[in-house]
Amino acid sequence: MKKVNLSKVKEKIKQAVQDANFNIDPDLKKLVQNCLTTEEAPGGQVILKQILQNADIAASEKLAMCQDTGLAVFFVEMGEAVQLEYAGFKSLRDAISQGTSEGYGEGYLRKSVCDPLSRKNTGDNTPVFIHWEVVAGDAFKITFMAKGGGSENMSALKMMAPSAGAKGIEDFVVETVSKAGPNPCPPTVVGVGIGGNFDTSALLAKKALLRKPVGSAHAEPAYAEMEKRIFDRINKLGIGPMGMGGRTTSLAVHIVSHPCHIASFPVAVNINCHSHRIVEIDF
Amino acid sequence: MPEAKKISTPLTDEAIAQLKAGDSVLINGTIYTGRDAAHKKLADLIAGGAALPFDLRGQIIFYVGPTPARPGNPIGSAGPTTSYRMDAYAAKLHELGLKASIGKGSRNAEVKDSLKKFKAVYMAVTGGAAALVSKSIKKAEVVAYPELGPEAIQKLEVENFPAQVINDMYGGDIYEEGRRQYERN
Repeated sequence: MKKVNLSKVKEKIKQAVQDANFNIDPDLKKLVQNCLTTEEAPGGQVILKQILQNADIAASEKLAMCQDTGLAVFFVEMGEAVQLEYAGFKSLRDAISQGTSEGYGEGYLRKSVCDPLSRKNTGDNTPVFIHWEVVAGDAFKITFMAKGGGSENMSALKMMAPSAGAKGIEDFVVETVSKAGPNPCPPTVVGVGIGGNFDTSALLAKKALLRKPVGSAHAEPAYAEMEKRIFDRINKLGIGPMGMGGRTTSLAVHIVSHPCHIASFPVAVNINCHSHRIVEIDF
Repeated sequence: MPEAKKISTPLTDEAIAQLKAGDSVLINGTIYTGRDAAHKKLADLIAGGAALPFDLRGQIIFYVGPTPARPGNPIGSAGPTTSYRMDAYAAKLHELGLKASIGKGSRNAEVKDSLKKFKAVYMAVTGGAAALVSKSIKKAEVVAYPELGPEAIQKLEVENFPAQVINDMYGGDIYEEGRRQYERN
């Protein structure tokens, strides 16, 4: 039995939401640096260098890399053998929520959550968005993602016919990125969810964005090859950094798949901008 | 890369005529912030025939909702938001004298037509480079709708604020031209 104190969880969350917004993911930084050697467009070169320069300023001055510091999205994997010590908190959700609220406040991060109809801002970047998974043993891991609205708005889901096959998936992903053009702040990271049902395919696409290191290949060769084919097609679109034209449209394509109904073939595409702010916390 | 063109507000028709899609510009002077919620409020005022909180003539609106400023800084991180969400409002603002907007991402045909009709431009700054962009903002003051928080209208004093002309008053579109140039089969 592993005991975890919720005041510790709150403190770790408070730190993580700030770290994710101030510090570029080191693996993403390497991908951007590599693109400096392959980007043919002079304007694209300028933008890639600005992304790296911006990351240096953000880290040294503790400024958000992007003003859209995102919805606070969490993936909680918690072992059945983990025992929580409540320390005055109502629940694990409460601790995560308070950590988010304090972190966004003390880190001078933007509060970007509002009521969908009245558009009134909730003021502290809550409610948080939590995806729960109960796992065996005493593992306890929380992954935080600061998800920007610009890239989220360019995401898409399609309930395809099974006859569409691998080609159908690839065409849909490329078409989604093509239509998005300059809007989601390319170079992007593209998460693809294949299978599941209507709701889980979207979640698979978001989970695909979490893969570390970003840009690494799928463990299964067939999916790794599909990722490579999609990646190559996307980077032939010519959209380029910030859509100004160039070779660097996406930095990575990640796929997660899951069995689905014999009648169904859902595919979801969740686009992430080049800020790609994801931090893992192990307890 | 050709040298950046320096422009300052208020912008004249002559200054706009000099700008071509693809140009790098450095902006000096005053620009105003405004995004979704502020545009809705401006549109409501216009529909009701009421006065706007600032004179649009010759001005630039930057689509941004900055992070809160750290003590000692005039503003927080301040990069562009995606512009198409303001497409519904842009033509009317250009008609009232707005000379430029700054954001990121594509505009619709109606906005591009209004740039030609009212002699205006659409510019972009690098999205996600918000800490870097904030360095060219020297002063910030909320001039309307403080209740909107990050969406309030602020008057910014900028020095050598770096932008790219995306759509000019001649129908040029660097997103389309750039993409065509680098597209491969």
